[in-house]
Amino acid sequence: MSRIKSCFDALRRDKRKALIPYVTAGDPQPDVTVPLMHAMVAAGADIIELGVPFSDPMAEGPTIQQACERALKHHVSLRNVLAMVREFRTRNDHTPVVLMGYLNPVEVMGYAEFARAADEAGVDGVLTVDLPPEEAQALVTELRPRNIDTIFLLAPTSSAERIARICAMSSGFVYYVSLKGVTGVASIDVSTLAAKLQQIRALTDLPIGVGFGIKDAASAAQVAAVADAVVVGSALVKKVGEFAGQPEKIEKAVASLVKEMRIAMDGVLLPK
Amino acid sequence: MSVSAKQINTNSLPDANGHFGPYGGRFIPETLMGPVEELRQAYEDLRNDPAFLAELDRDLAQFVGRPSPLYHAERWSKQLGGAQIYLKREDLNHTGAHKINNTVGQALLARHMGKTRVIAETGAGQHGVASATVAARFGMECVVYMGSEDIKRQAINVYRMKLLGAEVVPVESGSKTLKDALNEAMRDWVTNIDNTFYIIGTVAGPHPYPMMVRDFQAIIGREARAQILDQAGRLPDALVACVGGGSNAIGLFHPFLNDAGVAMYGVEAAGEGLETERHAATLCKGRPGVLHGNRTYLIEDADGQIIETHSISAGLDYPGVGPEHAWLKDSGRATYVAITDDEALAAFHALTRTEGIMPALESSHALAYATKLAPTMDKDKIIIVNLSGRGDKDIHTVAALQGIKV
Repeated sequence: MSRIKSCFDALRRDKRKALIPYVTAGDPQPDVTVPLMHAMVAAGADIIELGVPFSDPMAEGPTIQQACERALKHHVSLRNVLAMVREFRTRNDHTPVVLMGYLNPVEVMGYAEFARAADEAGVDGVLTVDLPPEEAQALVTELRPRNIDTIFLLAPTSSAERIARICAMSSGFVYYVSLKGVTGVASIDVSTLAAKLQQIRALTDLPIGVGFGIKDAASAAQVAAVADAVVVGSALVKKVGEFAGQPEKIEKAVASLVKEMRIAMDGVLLPK
Repeated sequence: MSVSAKQINTNSLPDANGHFGPYGGRFIPETLMGPVEELRQAYEDLRNDPAFLAELDRDLAQFVGRPSPLYHAERWSKQLGGAQIYLKREDLNHTGAHKINNTVGQALLARHMGKTRVIAETGAGQHGVASATVAARFGMECVVYMGSEDIKRQAINVYRMKLLGAEVVPVESGSKTLKDALNEAMRDWVTNIDNTFYIIGTVAGPHPYPMMVRDFQAIIGREARAQILDQAGRLPDALVACVGGGSNAIGLFHPFLNDAGVAMYGVEAAGEGLETERHAATLCKGRPGVLHGNRTYLIEDADGQIIETHSISAGLDYPGVGPEHAWLKDSGRATYVAITDDEALAAFHALTRTEGIMPALESSHALAYATKLAPTMDKDKIIIVNLSGRGDKDIHTVAALQGIKV
């Protein structure tokens, strides 16, 4: 069984929801990332989403674009990111790690080699922002035999027919992009979200993660009430950016926001 | 004589999913899949609709000024001492380049789809001006994304767009050039999909853009084919066109694809030389990858990060290329070569002095290759060069290189 599935099974038993923080690997410098991953786990993260920096991140708002630019100043490559996961695994064997990024670095490495290297490093899931299921068969074919989950995006613009097709290609969980737009700009509307999740649940048994527009503990808690997982990216990356010049302060700033979200999420779900 | 948009070439590629062999396709975030599919459906419905095509024909004739002439450059041909060179005069179109063929088509489509706002990316500003022009004519809101570096280099086109009522948004991300403007336009589109139509300026992007832009630009080749048969009584031996994204080249080439005797040369920007890092010769020096919604050749580093390109001509300064060109290269149907900044500049001066036609620096790359090709061919052979745009926009660049301040 994949680490992601075990993670969601355990959370379901405990009646809790997954908290999935995202940071861009190598932002603002490579040595920050692995300790930051451990700190986020200690603060209550269930799954870590690690962004692979790309020169042309088409779906990202300014916050994550700048994170990519900071990381790329240090030439952080896909191989470097895999090395970070391998290092993380030397001290943590249970927290799933999902790579999130764009297709081109994977194309350059080659699908088979990427699947082998990701498996060896201890990657649990892969989410490629610019790879819809129509184009994804070849990559999925390489990843699945290695027990690496393939996570795809669902959007407010996805038709019922597309939702069904996307879920059929997904494993681990599906990621619902809660609003039209780029990362880190607008705020989430929870009542519209609840209705959409109901539609998705009718079409799949996979856990549903929700991301885009979750800015603070309050919105994390609201989303946790209706989704299976809460993905937080730009709000954390903004903290990393704020302290880009004082990297020793990043861990504490990010971990404290993760912790606030954890407490708020558990608060709405668990009896006091 | 005129050639109608009704004869849209129905070559079998791309396939239903937008693939040209391994290239093309749709590599975009899920949020855009719905709108892109809606666009494909709308275009599919209209591309064979006689009323729409009549509307397009009328605009191409009365607003753009088509057909553009095919001009036999006799003096220049004689000077080069080989094949006869004919110039397809896209520089004589309204707004001064081939770009308007496409923006007129897409704006009509946008109107049919009920969109009230159009967005565009631009590098040199030609596509931005062509988009702002059609938006002004149809009374649509227009936002043009342009890298802040390009805004500094192309002040006159920025002002033209503003005169036409467009908002020009400077893009500060990445390398602050065309590729980043394209990213930013995609971000706008994903945010405003309900009322917004994205007018892509070249034969790149997710399906159906490479096919649709090709169809709108193929008027160039359809006219040229009929014109050369009329003027010379036979098909040409070779076609030459510059390739940045590749829209003017595919527009010329496409109607000749089934004419086996017609050689095709796409001319990329070798910048300061193919042996340097400073060029934009994607097909000559790049390798396949995925960017801006399609799989195609790219200029990238060993990690798959896109690298900044260089060319004297902003319109060729792009690290990708249309997927159909990638396919024509691999299949061997077309040949891709590269011309340096200096060679292009020499051709700019040569044509200006010899024929009284001042070409765009982009088109000067095609002309420079023709000066190499023509002397290797007999005097009874025929080359058609796509003169894709006029050079007025480039006189500041040319003057500065000569140390003259205009």
